Amino acid sequence: MSYPANIRIVLVPCTGKVDILHILRAFEKGADGVYVVGCMEGECHYNSGNFRARKRVEQAQKLLDAIGTGGERVQMYNLSSGEGPKFAEYAVEMDKRIQKLGPNPIKSAKKKAA
Amino acid sequence: MIVADKKPIEEIVEEIKDKEKILILGCNECVTVCEAGGKKEVGVLASALRMYFLNQGREVRIDERTLERQCDHEYLEEVRDVIDQYDAVVSLACGVGVQFMAEKYHTTPVFPGVNTSFMGVTEQRGVWSERCQGCGECILARTGGICPVSRCAKRIFNGPCGGSTNGKCEINPELDCAWQLIIDRLKALGKLDDYEKITPIKDWSTERAGGPRKIVREDVQQ
Amino acid sequence: MKLKTSSKLEKILANSHLAVTSECGPPRGSDPEVIIKKADMIKDHVDAINITDNQTSVTRMCSLAACIHLKHMGLEPVLQMVTRDRNRIALQSDILGAASFDINNILCLSGDHQSFGDCSQGQNVHDIDSMQLIQTVRHMRDEGKFLGGDHIKRPPKMFVGAAANPFADPFEIRVPRLAKKVAAGVEFIQTQCIYNLDKFEQWMKMVCDRGLHEKVHILAGMTPMKTAGMAKYMKKRVPGMDVPDEVVKRLADTPKEKQGEEGIKICIEAIQRLKEVQGVRGFHIMAIEWEEKVPEIVEAAGLYPRPKVD
Repeated sequence: MSYPANIRIVLVPCTGKVDILHILRAFEKGADGVYVVGCMEGECHYNSGNFRARKRVEQAQKLLDAIGTGGERVQMYNLSSGEGPKFAEYAVEMDKRIQKLGPNPIKSAKKKAA
Repeated sequence: MIVADKKPIEEIVEEIKDKEKILILGCNECVTVCEAGGKKEVGVLASALRMYFLNQGREVRIDERTLERQCDHEYLEEVRDVIDQYDAVVSLACGVGVQFMAEKYHTTPVFPGVNTSFMGVTEQRGVWSERCQGCGECILARTGGICPVSRCAKRIFNGPCGGSTNGKCEINPELDCAWQLIIDRLKALGKLDDYEKITPIKDWSTERAGGPRKIVREDVQQ
Repeated sequence: MKLKTSSKLEKILANSHLAVTSECGPPRGSDPEVIIKKADMIKDHVDAINITDNQTSVTRMCSLAACIHLKHMGLEPVLQMVTRDRNRIALQSDILGAASFDINNILCLSGDHQSFGDCSQGQNVHDIDSMQLIQTVRHMRDEGKFLGGDHIKRPPKMFVGAAANPFADPFEIRVPRLAKKVAAGVEFIQTQCIYNLDKFEQWMKMVCDRGLHEKVHILAGMTPMKTAGMAKYMKKRVPGMDVPDEVVKRLADTPKEKQGEEGIKICIEAIQRLKEVQGVRGFHIMAIEWEEKVPEIVEAAGLYPRPKVD
C-alpha cells in the first residue's frame, strides 16, 4: 500500500487523545494540512474517543476559517483498523485537497516577517 | 460558579489589532470549569492569534500565562515584574478579573476575552445554567430552594404567570417554569399549603438597583 | 354590599346584575380616533371597557391615555396595568394619574415577556408582581397611603381586578392561585377565553366549594372564533388555551363563508350555558379587531339592554 511521501504520521492510541491544541500547533509550525484518522463511529476501542476527536476537528475548522488559514485544511476520517487500502485512499484524497489549496499561508507570511 | 463564554475571536482581534506584544492571561478557577478561560483556552487563543497575525504578514509576540485567580491581589502581583513587556493584556478571566487587572496595572490596556454571564451550575459538561443573581437577600428558604429571581424570566414572587405551559416558560419551551419547579418541590416536601402565603414586595436595595455593593467584615479585617 | 368605589362596574355587580365588559387595544400611533371608533361600536352593550397595556409587549399608545379618551366620551374604562414596564414609583404614580381622571377600575397583570414584542432587547422591570400590585392598589385606596408610608391626598378609589386562567398549568394550584389573589384583595376577575365549558364548570365548582365565589366577582372570558383556522391555531399554538376538538370540528364542518357566523353562535351558546353556572357574575367579551360583533353577541345572549345604575 502506498501513500504520498509528504505525509508525516503521528501515532496515537486513540484519536480521543488528539487535542485541538495539537492541531493548531501543527499549523503554527507550518503544516499545510492535518487529518485525523479514527475508528469507525460506534467501534472506537475506547468507546467514544473518535466522537471527541470529530468535535475537536470541527472546532479547529471554525477557528482556522476565522483566522484566515482555512478550515478545509483539517479533516476527520473514519475507518477500521484492517482497512489498509482505505487509509491510502484517504491519504491521497487529503494530499490532493491540500495541493489544491496551496501551502499554509503563514509560511509565506513568516518569510516576509523575517 | 461564575459562568462565562468565549468571545468570538474576531472581536478580540479588533481590540488588539494594532498591538505588538500581547499577554493572554487565563484564570484557573470558574472560567476553567466552564472551559472559557483556563490554561487550555489560553493556549488555543494564543495559537490562533499568532497564526492570524502571521497570515496578515505580521509576527506578533503572544505570550501565555494562567493565574490561580484574577480577583485577589496576591495572584495578580505575580505578573508585576513582566507586565511592562506587553502593550496589551487579553484577560480570559470573568469581568471581575479583567477589571481588577485594569485597576492594578493602570497604564496597561486590558481587554476582555470572555463574556461573563451568570452564577450557575454545571448541568453536564458543556451545559451551564443560571441559578443566582446575587439579589443580596436570599429567600430560598421560602421557595423550596428554587429561586424565582434568577429562574423566573419575570422574577415573579407569587407565580406562576399565565404563560406557564406544560411546566415550561412562555419565552422558551426548553426553559423550566421556575414556579412549576417550586410547586413540585413544595409538594415533594409536603408543604404545598405554603403556596398560598403571599410573598411581600421585595427590597431591591440590596441588589444592583441599590448601587455597587460592598461587604465589610470587621471581624476578619486586618 | 357597601360600595367601596364610584365604579359603575362595581355598582352593577353589587346590584346582582350580570356584568358585561369588553376590551379595546390602543393604536400603534397617536390618533385617538381609533379608540373612539371602537368604543363607539360597543358602548351601549357593555358596562365597562378594558384598555390593554402594551399587549404582547408591542409598543402602543399607553392604556392610561386611551382610558382618559374613554372618560371624555362618558364611558367606563378598565385600566389594564402590567408590572413589566414600570417600577413601583411609576405604578403608584400612574394609578394617581388615572384616579385624577376618575378612572375607577384597574386590572393588575404581569404582562407578556418583552421578547414577544417589538423591543425584545429592552429591560423588563417587574419591581413588583401582579399579586403585589393588587395589594398596592388596595393599600392606596383603603389605607390612603403610598407604599413608602406617606399619606395620599385624595386616595384613588379603584375597583381592583385581575386575570385568571382556569386552564393554565399547573393543575394543583389553579384554585389556590385564585384564593391567593382574593387574599391579596382582588375584587373582580376576568378569565382567559373559554371554549371547554365542561372544564370551566369543574373549575367553578372547585372555586365555589372554597367559597371564593362569594368573595370575588368572576367574569367569564369569551372570544368568538372567526374561522376554523383560528380555532386550530388557538388550540395548537397559544399557551394556556383549551379548545376542545368538537369546537374545531364544528367550525371545520361549516362552509368557509359561514364560519364566522358559526363562531358567534358558539359564543352565544356558551354565554347562555354559563349564565346558569353558580359563581359566574358576568362576561368579558374579547373580540379583538372584531368589535362590531359585540353588540350582536350581547343581544342574542339576552344581556341587552344593559341595566342603568346611578
